[in-house]
Amino acid sequence: METTINIKLKVWRQAGPKAKGRFETYELNNISTDSSFLEMLDILNEQLINEGKEPVAFDHDCREGICGMCSLYINGRPHGPDDDVTTCQLHMRKFKDGETITVEPWRSAGFPIIKDLIVDRTAFDKIIAAGGYISVSTGGVPDANAIPIPKEDADEAMDAASCIGCGACVAACKNGSAMLFVSAKVSQLALLPQGRVEAARRAKNMVAKMDELGFGNCTNTGACEVECPKGISLANIARLNREFLKAGIQD
Amino acid sequence: MVKLDAKIPDGPLARKWDNYKANQKLVNPANKRKLDIIVVGTGLAGASAAASFGEMGFNVKVFTIQDSPRRAHSIAAQGGINAAKNYPNDGDSVYRLFYDTVKGGDYRAREANVYRLAQVSNNIIDQCVAQGVPFAREYGGLLDNRSFGGAQVSRTFYAKGQTGQQLLLGAYQALMRQVHAGSVKLYTRNEMVEIVIVDGKARGIISRNLVTGKLERHFGHAVVLATGGYGNTFFLSTNAMGSNGSAAWKAYKKGAMFANPCFAQIHPTCIPVHGKFQSKLTLMSESLRNDGRIWVPKKKEDAEAIRAGKLKPTEIAEEDRDYYLERRYPAFGNLVPRDVASRAAKERCDAGYGVGPTGLAVYLDFQSAIDRLGRDAIEARYGNLFQMYEKIVDDNPYETPMMIYPAIHYTMGGIWVDYELQTTVPGLFCAGEANFSDHGANRLGASALMQGLADGYFVLPYTIQNYLADDISTPRMTTEEREFEDAEKSAKDRLDKIMSINGKRSVDSIHKELGLVMWDFVGMARNKEGLQQAIEKIQAIKKEFWTNVRIPGSAEDMNAELEKAGRLADFIEIGELMARDALHREESCGGHFREEYQTEDGEALRQDDKFTYTACWQYKGEDQEPELHREDLTFEVVKLVQRNYK
Ligand code: SF4
Ligand code: FES
Repeated sequence: METTINIKLKVWRQAGPKAKGRFETYELNNISTDSSFLEMLDILNEQLINEGKEPVAFDHDCREGICGMCSLYINGRPHGPDDDVTTCQLHMRKFKDGETITVEPWRSAGFPIIKDLIVDRTAFDKIIAAGGYISVSTGGVPDANAIPIPKEDADEAMDAASCIGCGACVAACKNGSAMLFVSAKVSQLALLPQGRVEAARRAKNMVAKMDELGFGNCTNTGACEVECPKGISLANIARLNREFLKAGIQD
Repeated sequence: MVKLDAKIPDGPLARKWDNYKANQKLVNPANKRKLDIIVVGTGLAGASAAASFGEMGFNVKVFTIQDSPRRAHSIAAQGGINAAKNYPNDGDSVYRLFYDTVKGGDYRAREANVYRLAQVSNNIIDQCVAQGVPFAREYGGLLDNRSFGGAQVSRTFYAKGQTGQQLLLGAYQALMRQVHAGSVKLYTRNEMVEIVIVDGKARGIISRNLVTGKLERHFGHAVVLATGGYGNTFFLSTNAMGSNGSAAWKAYKKGAMFANPCFAQIHPTCIPVHGKFQSKLTLMSESLRNDGRIWVPKKKEDAEAIRAGKLKPTEIAEEDRDYYLERRYPAFGNLVPRDVASRAAKERCDAGYGVGPTGLAVYLDFQSAIDRLGRDAIEARYGNLFQMYEKIVDDNPYETPMMIYPAIHYTMGGIWVDYELQTTVPGLFCAGEANFSDHGANRLGASALMQGLADGYFVLPYTIQNYLADDISTPRMTTEEREFEDAEKSAKDRLDKIMSINGKRSVDSIHKELGLVMWDFVGMARNKEGLQQAIEKIQAIKKEFWTNVRIPGSAEDMNAELEKAGRLADFIEIGELMARDALHREESCGGHFREEYQTEDGEALRQDDKFTYTACWQYKGEDQEPELHREDLTFEVVKLVQRNYK
């Protein structure tokens, strides 16, 4: 039958980008271990509203691990204590009765806080705008089967393309680097013949944009790969570095 | 009297779209620069339309409620996208895709639109491959296909279980390329709250900046709504938490007709409801029905023992299992269309054979596929879905069958549009799930992605030019005009009104109440009495909302409760219109099942002589009954028969 637990939450509250933030402590009882972490926060918010208080602001949408919107730093880990999941897929069965759970926003120079647990990740869109695409317009393209692509390459491109743009890699990195995110897109497109044409230029432009936006340098700590909910591999960073070198030689 | 002219081009079905393109008006490059287009929504339809308009040289403003266009709910589509490529050489063609779609929709869609959809389906695949969408491939390097419900050919292209994600990222990247080029301006965390009409034409929107709470005015020579469906009327659905019907509802209130609101799709394979705290339902891709077999126990006592936790599904012998879809529909088996599969599950559970703690679940079993193909093959096909299931339910589907139950997934109804995807308000266009167009009373799997991208990449770029060609000398407005001022004031009044209620209940608690009424009376099986009751209950919920909701915080700040409240106020009214439409449609067709109209063996029974039309509802004012208009459907090519999947 249903198991429930009592927990204590330490949640980061911050009224706005410039406001001073602080931790607030809340107690929640009889939380079903079958509920998801975000459903637990829904219960907290319902409780706060009923007490006439402002609910905790947090980002979420699909609640099935694909939109990349949810973004909580739980007990010192981006997306919390379970492996290979986003915050919305984390369930309360991963926590113990009586446990104190600390909930913070992503903390990184590239992602300023907007309110409570919500951060601004538009920097990722700006990096994609700098070159994260193949420059084709609608219409006038060849038949889809005109260029065969080895299955291994297509599969590898698909793995890299699984990135959901959540930003956990940046939040996990002590340098606040966005290399895993950038390298995933660079790799996906470089692995496909359609994207090969612009590969070096793309790498150069995306990295330049990343540097400009205040993300730190990659020193190969590997923390990003550990926390990435989609298993994006560090091998992508190696591939990005190769493309980047080529761009340097071409210049 | 509003005239409903579908503007279907002349000529034989297969030539209509070519005829249209040959005769439409165009806008020259110098004039395109002088024209502004507003696109609301950045899912497949919105992002692909906005990117294409930008490439063509128009000035585009695109709006999304999320922090990035990439978050739109199209991202969550799992299974695939249909196209009539016939790469597997299994007898597919444009005509067959068209035919399957009309039949799958239970003959309640417009032939000309569906044919065009099938025609452009092939261009979509070409376009996506050119963009770098990593579709699944065979060892020879060519594209792989799989089969999906409602079809006997393999025409579905896929990218693992994340096809929607990959297609959306393709469109998003094309969009960001235009943002970089300066042709598209992007507004994120920004919600349209009003449409501005000037001299009878859509000329802009009022939006709310969701970070600052400020209202903004935006002008466009034309406005495109691509804001998705209204499935969240039911509170629990497979839609994302933020998915809403408000933009469409604003259009309705400004004179756009709402078509077939009662046509909602209940998807057969979702993870069952598990508790009161539940916030959404998770879909398990229909592609699982390719290899999974659906069953319940043959004996009631076995089902009871399972519900009590005394028996495991794996302990039930083969001969004691009822593979009810294979039994009832030997020709299509587990691959019958979604509406048929959903109703069959409900029938078994209502009869007392359901499993799981609540009895509202059936099994989806992979054992025979694992025996036949090996665990690795199944993992390669569905690994991410199995992982997702295990994370939620804490059960391993390689070892024990999944439990599934139907849930609200998609709305076929929506804003009425003509062949050009223009609403009854000139200059206001509607694309993707937000319009009613192509799926009739039931959508086939892997057709939503096809329609969204068809509308955005290959239909609107033509049809919007035909409209804007007459507007090349219309100057940009300053947004200081009275119409903008009035629209902003009405948006502000509504927000103030919601903030001032200061009652006792949270938005979600009222939304859950609405959801239960919808599920019980306007869900999988409907009847006259229940629908009449639903209308009364929904009106009571409306009153409760406007007198007793409580919104903390302020309207001049980021305020998630206020956002949800505005959307719920609209869902309540949408729910009522759905019930009205369901009440008036005295037949069963596709996703709309009226218990009074069924065959002896429980199949949907259409009433073609009375209901072969699109029901278009016109807003008549606050608390007035809407007026029904009909667009008669004429079938020149397809013959209407009872759908038969046996
Ligand atoms: S690489 Fe992983 S952690 Fe980083 S944004 Fe992508 S999915 Fe998130
Ligand atoms: S809410 Fe979409 S990934 Fe978590």
